[in-house]
Amino acid sequence: MADFLQSIGYHGWVLPALLAIPTLGAVLVWLHGFMQRDTSEDAVAAGAMTARRLTFAILMLEFLVSIGLWWSFDVNSAGWQAAVDWPWIDSWGARFSLGIDGLSLMMVLLTTFLMPLAVLGGWTSVRHKVHTYHVLLLLLTVGVLGVFVAKDLFLFYVMWEVMLIPMYFIVGVWGGERRIYASIKFFIYTMVGSLLMLVAIVYLGWQAGILEGRPNFAYDAIMNLPEFRPIVSFWLFVAFFLAFAVKVPMFPFHTWLPDAHVEAPTAGSVILAGILLKLGTYGFLRLAVPLFPGIALHPTVRAVIIALAVIGVIYGSLVALVQPDFKKLVAYSSVAHLGMVMLGIFALTPESVQGALMVMIGHGVSTGALFFLIGMIYERKHSRIIADYGGIAKVVPVYATLLTIVALSSIGLPGTNGFIGEFLVMLGSFKTVPGMTTISALGVILAAAYLLWALQRILYNPLDKPENKHLTDLNWREIGLMAPLIFMILWMGVYPKPVLRRMEASVQKFVQTVEAKAAQQSVTITMGGGR
Amino acid sequence: MDINLTRSFDLSVPMQLSTALLPDLLLFAGAMVLMLYAAGRPESEATQRKVGMGALGLCIAILVAVVVVAAQGWSSGPGVIAVDSFRWSSNVVFLIGAIITIALSMDYNAREGIVVPEAHVLVVFATGGMMLMAAARDLMVLFLGIELMSIAVYVLAGLNRRSNRSAEAALKYFLLGAFSTGFLLYGIALVYGATGSTNLATIGERVVSMNLQASPMLLVGVALLLVGFAFKVAAAPFHMWAPDVYEGAPTPITGYMAAAVKAAAFAAFLRVWLEAFSGVYPQWHRAIWWLAAITMVVGNLIALQQRNIKRMLAYSSIGHTGFILVALAAGTSQAATAFIFYLLAYTLATMGAFAVMVALGTAGQPRETIEDYNGLWQERPGLAVAMAVFMLALLGFPIFGGMGFLAKWYVLQAALQAPAPQTRLAVILVIASSISAGYYLALVIAMFMKPRPAGAAAFPPLGGMARAVIVGSVAILLFFGAWPEPLVRLVQRNSMLGAPPGAPAAPAAQTAATR
Repeated sequence: MADFLQSIGYHGWVLPALLAIPTLGAVLVWLHGFMQRDTSEDAVAAGAMTARRLTFAILMLEFLVSIGLWWSFDVNSAGWQAAVDWPWIDSWGARFSLGIDGLSLMMVLLTTFLMPLAVLGGWTSVRHKVHTYHVLLLLLTVGVLGVFVAKDLFLFYVMWEVMLIPMYFIVGVWGGERRIYASIKFFIYTMVGSLLMLVAIVYLGWQAGILEGRPNFAYDAIMNLPEFRPIVSFWLFVAFFLAFAVKVPMFPFHTWLPDAHVEAPTAGSVILAGILLKLGTYGFLRLAVPLFPGIALHPTVRAVIIALAVIGVIYGSLVALVQPDFKKLVAYSSVAHLGMVMLGIFALTPESVQGALMVMIGHGVSTGALFFLIGMIYERKHSRIIADYGGIAKVVPVYATLLTIVALSSIGLPGTNGFIGEFLVMLGSFKTVPGMTTISALGVILAAAYLLWALQRILYNPLDKPENKHLTDLNWREIGLMAPLIFMILWMGVYPKPVLRRMEASVQKFVQTVEAKAAQQSVTITMGGGR
Repeated sequence: MDINLTRSFDLSVPMQLSTALLPDLLLFAGAMVLMLYAAGRPESEATQRKVGMGALGLCIAILVAVVVVAAQGWSSGPGVIAVDSFRWSSNVVFLIGAIITIALSMDYNAREGIVVPEAHVLVVFATGGMMLMAAARDLMVLFLGIELMSIAVYVLAGLNRRSNRSAEAALKYFLLGAFSTGFLLYGIALVYGATGSTNLATIGERVVSMNLQASPMLLVGVALLLVGFAFKVAAAPFHMWAPDVYEGAPTPITGYMAAAVKAAAFAAFLRVWLEAFSGVYPQWHRAIWWLAAITMVVGNLIALQQRNIKRMLAYSSIGHTGFILVALAAGTSQAATAFIFYLLAYTLATMGAFAVMVALGTAGQPRETIEDYNGLWQERPGLAVAMAVFMLALLGFPIFGGMGFLAKWYVLQAALQAPAPQTRLAVILVIASSISAGYYLALVIAMFMKPRPAGAAAFPPLGGMARAVIVGSVAILLFFGAWPEPLVRLVQRNSMLGAPPGAPAAPAAQTAATR
């Protein structure tokens, strides 16, 4: 496979193609809607179906193109792969330069894997303005993938903002009752967080390009900058931290998340939880920590961040425990899981960082699957309140089986993907921050409590609501949608080695560079300030 | 800079001076002809449209002329006017503003029953004044330009004689405008008294050579000029006139004032400040700093409260004044290039938004509040998307807001450029932009996420001119938003001036200190 891919020059075009396919696809779907002049009900319905099929086909193509990376990726190399570097705005030192490494490979694949499923998830529930909805989904794909593959900070920022608008409209137009409130909150939080990052990026660009007399935003150039004075580093770190912490979301910045998740349509929730949250943690791995290791690993800063992460784990779990709304319960469980990721990143051992990446992928798959399942039952009964269900396992056995498997993976049962990540984070973090790790282990127990209790109340209590006796079980589209997710849950739970193997080199390099740079900087700090 | 065969003018020779002023003179000649033509015809809608078409054609012709002239790479020796690309690129912005205004006015005036054909000629005259302001390298020429522009715009603001609000706007604008002109004149007098010259280059030299940095006469003069310009560009706390005037004036004229008039005032402001007063940079830097900070915060905060879109855009334009002042506060020549780029984006977005407003209003129903836009997307998806693009451009959002983001980025670059990074101002700028999301998005929410109220009157059909303006603005904004390189190259050819002596010159030494 790798030889074949090499023979067609795969690495030379795959990343630009991954951005071009959904962009052109968006234009195509838009044109299809634009050309449609017949406004009779049948014609609109037929047009909408074509839009769904077209979008699904485009995103499947995207997935097939991206999947080659799995084989062509060189597992022993920690550097950039499949890199391209094209001129864009030369006068500003911004280039269209893309590349992936072990940190981003799995994120790219996760995105291209989840996006076609997201289209299937909204197949019947999105009924008005169908073309626009799918155009936005495709543009969202461009933005998300752009962030994961950007090798230039200007491009990174542009893509970071690009994905905000489609998501804003998806929540705000196709969302639930309180969609306007939820979407504006999502927008304002994210935008305020990221604008300071804008200042920081411009500042870094000027520092990197100082000799050329124009800024230089290339990632490698900025990584190689000599260290700043601690106070400058500190503020730059804060700017990046805010942008990413809002996105993750870390504990005090998380309040947008339950609203946005609950109000978003199914596909929106899946993408938000499955992919968008990972952008925050990815940002920490790619930028905030390696650029300013001296600050990130400063004992106080590190202690504060780890404490916030652990508070997120416990607080998210406790709040999830008391939610009457199943979607909100899952939303808060995301806060807990992402807290675990942050713990893994800042514990900074190879195992914990690898574990963090595994939790990111595992959470993407299993929380995505949970949101799909919630969407499916919601379409049937139009309620997300746990108390409205009870005993439906007898009525919808297939649904009950799938929900149980997915919930167990979210809890982290051995043999599912959730276990591998959490176990590695615990294992790795225990070496550096044993106390906090022990506390966060409580979160795992709480996860079992809230999810199993919810399962019991939805699936297994007595079937006492007469209207629930007529719920229909999953249809073939829905089963087909869930099958790949279940496969991923079990495969990554039983045999995660190929996935881990692909991250190893980059994670090792990440930990080493950060530690080396941090050691060097802490020396300079104690010696009385940088140069 | 081009070193090949470029023509350099000796401005003391009248013939060469008039060649260097060719586009401006052609514009004025055309405006005279139009004025005479209009004077001999009865006031009617047909005449109004004919004169409008004539003025439109004239502006387009001059735009082409300016582009052709700019491509020659002319330069000049010392004199009363400048022959440089800063002037040409500012002219392009003014002319685009004028073209859009006239195009929109033709339909708007017909609808509102304004039949005076001279309205369009006044726009041309005002544009001529602006071109003179961008060219002026002498305070007297500058003053001529300002007056020419202002008097025409005072009349334009009061164009709708039947409307009380329009009359109020005109009177307010006239009184405060005259007041600020007083400041300018007094400032010019004092600067002349201190330096003995009204020529910008000479003033710049003498400030340094005669060691005038501490001369009270010069500094008071500079301060008065600053107040005068701050009035003209509507910087807080000298912005009070703007919202009332913008609300009362006819909508296309409001767009013209918010975009082109402001652009012209800024062009003159920048040239005077960077060319004549760069020697006293440390003295004025703090004042501009505070002016920028207050303007950004005040403009954007008050805009949050507005339900009337014209007033909202008025305050938003005050906010944008603050953003441009940030570039000026850095005091480098990058300010001039960032300014051109910013103004082009801002002009297109603002005028585009006003074009949508003109397109949606009817004689009895101006549709000026945010609620009037509820559910626009359901009925007019194209207009709603265009308006969203304009709002996102003003908000400074990448790709979907097109050039708007790059403009803001450019200003940030100018502010954070190495010699004297204005980091704090940059932070205030981004915080102010995030405040502005509150009101720009309010309109987006109304258009896309609110239902169309039952029984609301249908929107009028879209006029051809408005359609052309809206489609053109969106296309330019989005195209250069994705591929700005050609435009950036173009504006970077600005050969106005080097770094001011007040700002440290050696970047390397400075960085070591900031790190």
